[in-house]
Amino acid sequence: MERPAPGSYEHDGDFQQLEGPYFGRYGGQWMPESLMAALQEVEETFRKAIKDPEFIAELNDLNTNYINRPSLLTEAPRFAQDHPGVRIFLKREDLNHTGSHKINNVIGQALLAKRMGKTRLIAETGAGQHGVATATAAALFGLECTVYMGEADTKRQALNVARMEMLGAEVKAVTIGARTLKDAINEALRDWVASVDTTHYLLGTVTGPAPFPEMVRYFHQVIGDEAREQSLEQTGKLPDAVIACVGGGSNAIGLFHGFLDDKNVQLYGMEAGGAGVETGKHAAPIALGRVGVLHGARTYLMQDEDGQTIDSHSISAGLDYPGVGPQHAFLHDTGRAIYQPVSDSEAMDAFKLLTRSEGIMPAIESSHALAGALRLAAKWVADGVVDETTPQDEQKVIIVNLSGRGDKDVSTAATWFGMVPEDHAEAGE
Amino acid sequence: MTESIRSLTAEKIEQARAEGRTAFIGYLPAGYPTIDDSIEAAVQLGNNGADIIEIGLPYSDPVMDGEVIQKATAEALQNGFRVADVFHIVKEVTSRTDAAVVIMTYWNLVDRMGVDEFSRRFAEAGGAGLVTPDLVPEEAGEWFEASDKYELDRIFLTAPSSPDERVKLTVDSSRGFVYAVSVMGITGARGEVSNAAERVVRRAHDAGAPRVCVGLGISEPHHVVEIGSYADGAIVGTALVSALRDNGPQAVGEITRNLVTGASKN
Ligand SMILES: Cc1ncc(COP(=O)(O)O)c(C=O)c1O
Repeated sequence: MERPAPGSYEHDGDFQQLEGPYFGRYGGQWMPESLMAALQEVEETFRKAIKDPEFIAELNDLNTNYINRPSLLTEAPRFAQDHPGVRIFLKREDLNHTGSHKINNVIGQALLAKRMGKTRLIAETGAGQHGVATATAAALFGLECTVYMGEADTKRQALNVARMEMLGAEVKAVTIGARTLKDAINEALRDWVASVDTTHYLLGTVTGPAPFPEMVRYFHQVIGDEAREQSLEQTGKLPDAVIACVGGGSNAIGLFHGFLDDKNVQLYGMEAGGAGVETGKHAAPIALGRVGVLHGARTYLMQDEDGQTIDSHSISAGLDYPGVGPQHAFLHDTGRAIYQPVSDSEAMDAFKLLTRSEGIMPAIESSHALAGALRLAAKWVADGVVDETTPQDEQKVIIVNLSGRGDKDVSTAATWFGMVPEDHAEAGE
Repeated sequence: MTESIRSLTAEKIEQARAEGRTAFIGYLPAGYPTIDDSIEAAVQLGNNGADIIEIGLPYSDPVMDGEVIQKATAEALQNGFRVADVFHIVKEVTSRTDAAVVIMTYWNLVDRMGVDEFSRRFAEAGGAGLVTPDLVPEEAGEWFEASDKYELDRIFLTAPSSPDERVKLTVDSSRGFVYAVSVMGITGARGEVSNAAERVVRRAHDAGAPRVCVGLGISEPHHVVEIGSYADGAIVGTALVSALRDNGPQAVGEITRNLVTGASKN
């Protein structure tokens, strides 16, 4: 099946009401029978929990007193200064405990794991942020933890491997396949099939079989809900656009959700364009436009003519995944959200600009979203939509999801910018 | 099970039963180590006692496979195996053996070619049905249609973890036989057959399945004997793939002869 034309999908319902297992023709449960009972248990536990005031109170308490929510909405005027008439705000998920949005989902699912009586968490990780968050929750709740990580990623994110081990998790380097995130998911699924009695698979993004896309989204919706309220408070209106990077798409859907039914708020998802979509070395399945099934869901995939998964490429380990969450596939087809690739070099330029102009060092993943904001701002200025004379209440407002902080990426960035001597350079790759 | 359409795998299993044997089903990956050798190995399998041959399609993300099969299928892909090559393999094997030939495939490969086209070409090559480790009946709408149209068997899996209503769904959706997963885990040789296996088989029989075959972890003649006491067939994979890897197609014939000694009930 090839890509339908954007906007060709008929959808007259309420976008916010979308539940799994299907989002249009996407999603579902393309899974081994052995795991179907576990998925059913997770789903039942999830649906019961979110109607249980005790669960909600516990989740809210941890959000406030452990994760550090609400996260700030910070204006970045020096970052935006080349685009007069455009205001850029950052949703500061980098300030969450453990340094990224990933912890929102992890705390939610870890609470569910406890409710199910599971004693062990397993997770896949690319950048290491989801692994660190899962190891953190395991420490907090006294659970065992095993994190699968592609060997290539254990090298480029060595600092996060040490963090996970210090938190008491076992990190298993995956040496089969491309040795990145997709292979880590394969290994985690193989573990889960054999350990499902005691173990919860704490999937880190909005991919996978139902109920994961809907459940992971639920725990991240707080991002968009807060941002919406903060925008009204701080600018007196809703933003004109919200922008996030899209790996599997969890930080993006978390931000989008609050705005899905605000028709005048544009939604932008930035995929990892790697060396450029035309080179084949990228991680932009929506841009590539081939639909298939991977890891339990029907969605856009990087696959060849035979249906074999193509290895993805991105400077950012967290976006280096050949699929995308099924709800994003649906939002793309309906035209409700717009997805564009951002190349490694555009992302790194944005990384540097934010670091130098605001003193905030973003994760390289989030830098893709920042690059998208600069692109949109430049377009508005070029099209004459805004200029220096635009009064403040008519200025365009963009909210960027700053999904994580850049500490883990210092070595990759230093290598990219040629700031380390040659013989140390491989440390960052 | 849907019985109105002719089922090649059912015929083979019933024939074995009539001869006082447990049906023997052997798995080998397509294109491993090369297309020609994979054909030779499957022919050895068929001519040394296998009733049904299961040809595995190499896939980039085989989540239900252990290391031996992962490595073999990865090598087949590295050697340039293409999905459409499997039809040639099936055609050769069906013409050179009496065994029924099924394909074991992760679903995206079928989805990508188009379920109807894949089924048509497979049926034309003489294929009997598909074993689908990551397709549950809920997602199988297109496959129900195509398998009826081309008279192919639908071999769904049932597991130790499957609740009663899912066992029933799987049994009702299958044609030919039901694949009973012996253990919660992935493919790979194990010392003993899991003691969960008998219960998985019994539950599928109780739900109305006329034929239930057991796979995962079966590698020794005495495993086959044990399974023969309660199931309609034994499925061996990793042990055959290891033999092929270490000693080539001839070795597959030898180990098959050895394994089927366990399949005889008298
Ligand atoms: C900081 C950060 N942002 C974004 C992502 C991408 O994940 P998702 O698309 O699910 O938000 C990751 C993944 O590791 C991450 O660490």
